[in-house]
Amino acid sequence: MSALLKVENLFGGYHREAVIKGISLDVNKGDFVGMIGPNGSGKTTLLRLMSRILGVQKGNIHLEGKDISAMGLKEFCQEVAFVAQDTTINFSFSVLEIALMGRIPHLKRLQLETKQDMEIVEKSLSMTDAWHLKEKKIDELSSGERQRVVIAKALAQEPVLLFLDEPTSHLDIGHQIQVLDLLKKLNRQSNLTIVMVLHDLNLASEYCNRIVLLNEGKVFKEGSPREVLTYQNIEAVYKTVVVVNDNPVSSKPYVLLVPGEK
Amino acid sequence: MKSKFLLLFLILILAVLLGIIKGSVNIPLGELFFKANQPIIMLRAFRIIVGIIAGMGLAVSGIVLQAILRNCLAEPYLLGTSSGAGLGAVLAIVMGISGVYLPFMAFIGAILSVILVYNLARENNKIPEQSLILSGVIVSVALSAIIIFLISISSNEAFHGATWWLWGSLQVYDFKLLGIVSFIVLAGVAVIYIFSQDLNAISIGEEEALHLGVNIEIIKRVLIIVTSLITASVVCICGIIGFVGLMIPHMMRLVVGPNHKILIPATCLAAAIFMVVCDTLSRTLFPPLEIPIGVITAILGAPVFIFLLKRRQKVR
Repeated sequence: MSALLKVENLFGGYHREAVIKGISLDVNKGDFVGMIGPNGSGKTTLLRLMSRILGVQKGNIHLEGKDISAMGLKEFCQEVAFVAQDTTINFSFSVLEIALMGRIPHLKRLQLETKQDMEIVEKSLSMTDAWHLKEKKIDELSSGERQRVVIAKALAQEPVLLFLDEPTSHLDIGHQIQVLDLLKKLNRQSNLTIVMVLHDLNLASEYCNRIVLLNEGKVFKEGSPREVLTYQNIEAVYKTVVVVNDNPVSSKPYVLLVPGEK
Repeated sequence: MKSKFLLLFLILILAVLLGIIKGSVNIPLGELFFKANQPIIMLRAFRIIVGIIAGMGLAVSGIVLQAILRNCLAEPYLLGTSSGAGLGAVLAIVMGISGVYLPFMAFIGAILSVILVYNLARENNKIPEQSLILSGVIVSVALSAIIIFLISISSNEAFHGATWWLWGSLQVYDFKLLGIVSFIVLAGVAVIYIFSQDLNAISIGEEEALHLGVNIEIIKRVLIIVTSLITASVVCICGIIGFVGLMIPHMMRLVVGPNHKILIPATCLAAAIFMVVCDTLSRTLFPPLEIPIGVITAILGAPVFIFLLKRRQKVR
């Protein structure tokens, strides 16, 4: 089975410095990948290299066999969508207008949205429980509602691969679970491949079938949550004492933090 | 939405009619088609056309800059066109060659100024918005200082001529030049309208636009070139008319929303109305004196904008 996204010996970063120092990774169709690692390990940089925001310095990235830097930008965006961490929008677009922008990769410049486009957008907004907000202005929403709208916009692109950069860091626990449940459902039902950068090790453990632990621009360990989330791996990378148990409800590994000071 | 457009169109027709009738000599409606009134009517109609073209050009340029810089306070002169054109014009006046060469020197000044601002802001092959704003301000301030210096050492007539030009006028005598400028403005506005979808995407974020397949660096470059050409052309025949490029896009965004497919045509109509009304006022407030239109646009625009802003705040 050939990988959906194939990263080979990747070097990349900002200016001349390589933040990512030789990473090779395969993402298979249907994977729900969680990328974790300490600050500065290169998680966001790797995500941006894979989503074409940053240019590759060395190595290559292939999507469905095609080199992504050789693909047209619009062609790439018909397959790949990206949800950024914090989206403040300065103009008062309505929720529906924002979600409709997800169809831009599929529309020619002066082409009007068709009935089919409207149906796709309605479905995306319904899936993120944001359809009832469609007439509201984006700058009037709470950050949780706004995040759901932005995810709906990404879903409206009908991507095969979805990148998310810490999609839950500004959400309360209720909304965190709501968003991640939605992503899990899409992953399972529509076979949507997801690569997500997360800070929260336990959310990654619960929802992802694969975890990539980054450290200093390289892959420290990669595999299932049980393989990666051991106290040895976490202490080596995060330099802090932890205890790893099993979540009593899901039996997935659960990382318990141990304070230094009593 | 369609009703809003219809309303704008009707108001424009009304404004044009008023602009033709009113002036230092008021022409009664019944006498509109009298042969004797033809010269005055032609003169006023001409000013109205200049006003519509200038208004459209400046306002749509303002829309583009506000979208690219994601800042509602951006305006078409931000890239240095006004100070560059002003310097070119004042040089022409001071050197005594203003008769023929003024529009030409103003245009060249505007373009050179934009090139300077652009290159100061460029990093590798990208144009970060903050650098663009900063370099625009720096160049404008520097050129303005030179303009004021030149004016201060010039003769009285030159002083009057320069001051007049710097505040704007819709009186254009060179028909051929007006034709060229009208073509540039109309073609430019059409090109910008074609990029409405891209402008929508860019206005929610540069990276957001990239994720939607919009090639922002190429599009920013194209749009900056087009708006600079439009703005430089308008300034070279009308002088510096402020406020239109900043406030009309902003006001229309409050009325019809930020979707550029609707905003651009609505702004064209609104800017046309605004310029025609301001021109009529400039001719009728202290007849037979004519107040420079730049003064009227500033005095008239601010209260209207405040009213719209307050109304929107109340609705929230």
